Amino acid sequence: MAKRLYVIDVDRCVGCQSCMFACARRAGAGGTAGSRIGVRSAGGMRKGFIVVVCRACAEPPCARVCPTDALAPREGGGVRLHPELCVGCGNCRDACPFGAVVWDAVEAKPLVCVYCGVCAAYCPYDVLAFDEVGRNVDASE
Amino acid sequence: MHPNDPIRRVLVIDLSKRTFEVMDRPELFQASIGGAGTAIRLLEERCPPGADPLGPENPIILAVGPLVGLYPLASKTVAMFKSPHTGNLGESHAGGRSAVSIRMAGYGAVVITGRSPGPTYLVIEDGRVAFRDASALWGVRSSATAGSVLREREGGSGHRSILRIGPAGEAEVSYACVITETYRHFGRLGLGAVFGSKRLKGIVIAGTRTLPVADPVAYRREYDALFRAATTSPAMRKYHDLGTPMNVLPLNESGALPTRNLRATRFEAAEAISGEAMASRFLGRRLACSHCPVACIHLAALRTPHPKEPYFYKTSMLGYDYELIYALGSLLGIADPEGILRLADEVEIQGLDAMSAGVVLAWATEAYERGLVAKDDLDGIPLAWGDAEAYASAVRRIVRRPTDLYRALAQGVDYASSVYGGREFALAFGGNEMPGYHTGPACHLGFLTGSRHSHLDSAGYSVDQKVPPEGVGLTGDEIVAALIAEEQWRQVLSSLVVCFFARGLYTPDAVTRALAPLGIAATPADFDRIGAETLRRKWAFKRREGFDPTRLRIPERVCETETPLGRVDSDVIRRALERFAALSS
Repeated sequence: MAKRLYVIDVDRCVGCQSCMFACARRAGAGGTAGSRIGVRSAGGMRKGFIVVVCRACAEPPCARVCPTDALAPREGGGVRLHPELCVGCGNCRDACPFGAVVWDAVEAKPLVCVYCGVCAAYCPYDVLAFDEVGRNVDASE
Repeated sequence: MHPNDPIRRVLVIDLSKRTFEVMDRPELFQASIGGAGTAIRLLEERCPPGADPLGPENPIILAVGPLVGLYPLASKTVAMFKSPHTGNLGESHAGGRSAVSIRMAGYGAVVITGRSPGPTYLVIEDGRVAFRDASALWGVRSSATAGSVLREREGGSGHRSILRIGPAGEAEVSYACVITETYRHFGRLGLGAVFGSKRLKGIVIAGTRTLPVADPVAYRREYDALFRAATTSPAMRKYHDLGTPMNVLPLNESGALPTRNLRATRFEAAEAISGEAMASRFLGRRLACSHCPVACIHLAALRTPHPKEPYFYKTSMLGYDYELIYALGSLLGIADPEGILRLADEVEIQGLDAMSAGVVLAWATEAYERGLVAKDDLDGIPLAWGDAEAYASAVRRIVRRPTDLYRALAQGVDYASSVYGGREFALAFGGNEMPGYHTGPACHLGFLTGSRHSHLDSAGYSVDQKVPPEGVGLTGDEIVAALIAEEQWRQVLSSLVVCFFARGLYTPDAVTRALAPLGIAATPADFDRIGAETLRRKWAFKRREGFDPTRLRIPERVCETETPLGRVDSDVIRRALERFAALSS
């Protein structure tokens, strides 16, 4: 079964961004540039945080608007990117209401979650879970 | 270092000319690692002898280190400048998002010189600096408003941090702070006043740089070891649970909690203002600095009824920690935690250093009790122990300065007591107000000799607390040696730059292992050398600017009020200072 990320308890997020650093570290680099997961304050840190993950939609709007099929639906939900087909139009970025399609301005290509679950392994407060698509729905939505 | 690591880049901004340049300084970071080691060298280069701390010639230096952005708890920015508060070396550290943002903007250090012709704020991005008009922001009532405006007005893609000052910084109160991400501060020694003197209201800094490493496999391995230690160690856990206010009760119990201007060391209301009570009554949220899984920042949710309208409430989220509870609580005899939080709110709105503000108010209260200052000097509002509302009014007056006394209080307790008397109970060391520890001779020697006159320089309280019950304490010479050794190692930590709370994780061997995958070969012996060199340079800067350890004032109150190790003997302190003078010259 295909897996995806779940934000199961956003109230426990302390904004440490360890998940973002973990995502960037997959490529062997430091910082948070290129992270496919996003943690940002909900309008000042006193209000807590918004954690943006790819929900692995069954019918992903980001893939629907891709003119070259560079973003193709993944079996079981979500998408896969075929960068060699991407023309950098940015439609996918605009189509995701959550902002889960991150834009790489240097390469002019989207950065989408690859559903590896590494970020969840580095969340110290169990905000994130990595589980099969369709599970955990009650807890996350 | 990795050839593509942007840490070697130093951004130099001239506010007078509205220009900037990026300098490639690999040798600087090779010699000094980064952070404090780099900052003191840049200060030597940029700050002329005898510089006016509030003049255009005083540089502001913000420096980060090679571990920032790459390892957990490497979360601090080091600010260095000449302090308007002490007239000597100014150094202050802050977390929040500042360090990672500077690093990802592609800089190892930022130097800000000159004075803007009018109020301005800076937007710093990779390869770009914008000088924005801040005239409409100058004079807004609260530091928080300035933060919100910058947050909404400036995009800044990538990792972003917002530094700003409040009214106290604009008014150049010598202990005004700089606030970052609402809840973190470059608190001590008056960086806010230096911002104000430059007409610099704030800085937005944002970056999207990737930070390369030389050996990704080894990097991930060392990362995991440190991350695991940070998230499983009980020592880290306690910072997350109660945070630093966990210290209130143990310090009170041992008789080391400065109370009512250090006339006492136990506070009858310690229970009510303890970390435990604050958490159970007010804890509303915990936050972390960027890349810190520990999350020690504690916010209290304070619900305040409107003074006139029924069913109107204001709910504020206010940061609290041990030093704040000491300075705005026990030291002022405030037993009501809501009173402490409301006073803290006012200190935050104005943008003052909470520790110095508390000590100043404590001195003023005692001076008023003793008749050294009159009600008129206090602008008609008498100060009394425990009266949080009067203290909050006084905080506003420190910034507004309606009387000569308030003009003096805006320059700190050392200055105010030199005008009005009451030197013997003016709790300052080297011109900087006292932190919240009265544990024995080592803490006070640490305040006196530390390069920032801060408890964080050399952790003297920890030297005191290691003396076993009924045991014999160290001699003055032994204390000085222990303090210098600790301060020397902390130069390395603050050059990397890692949070001092993580000092248990970042041992010399662990630092060697963490640096290797970044392409930096350094052994514990190198750290000894680099730490000693950085400290030596700080001492040299301080001597150049007139610092003489043998002429330091020791407040009599410190020697009169019993510590858990008995009374502090001023002769022992005096001789130890002579020893320190010999070792540090």
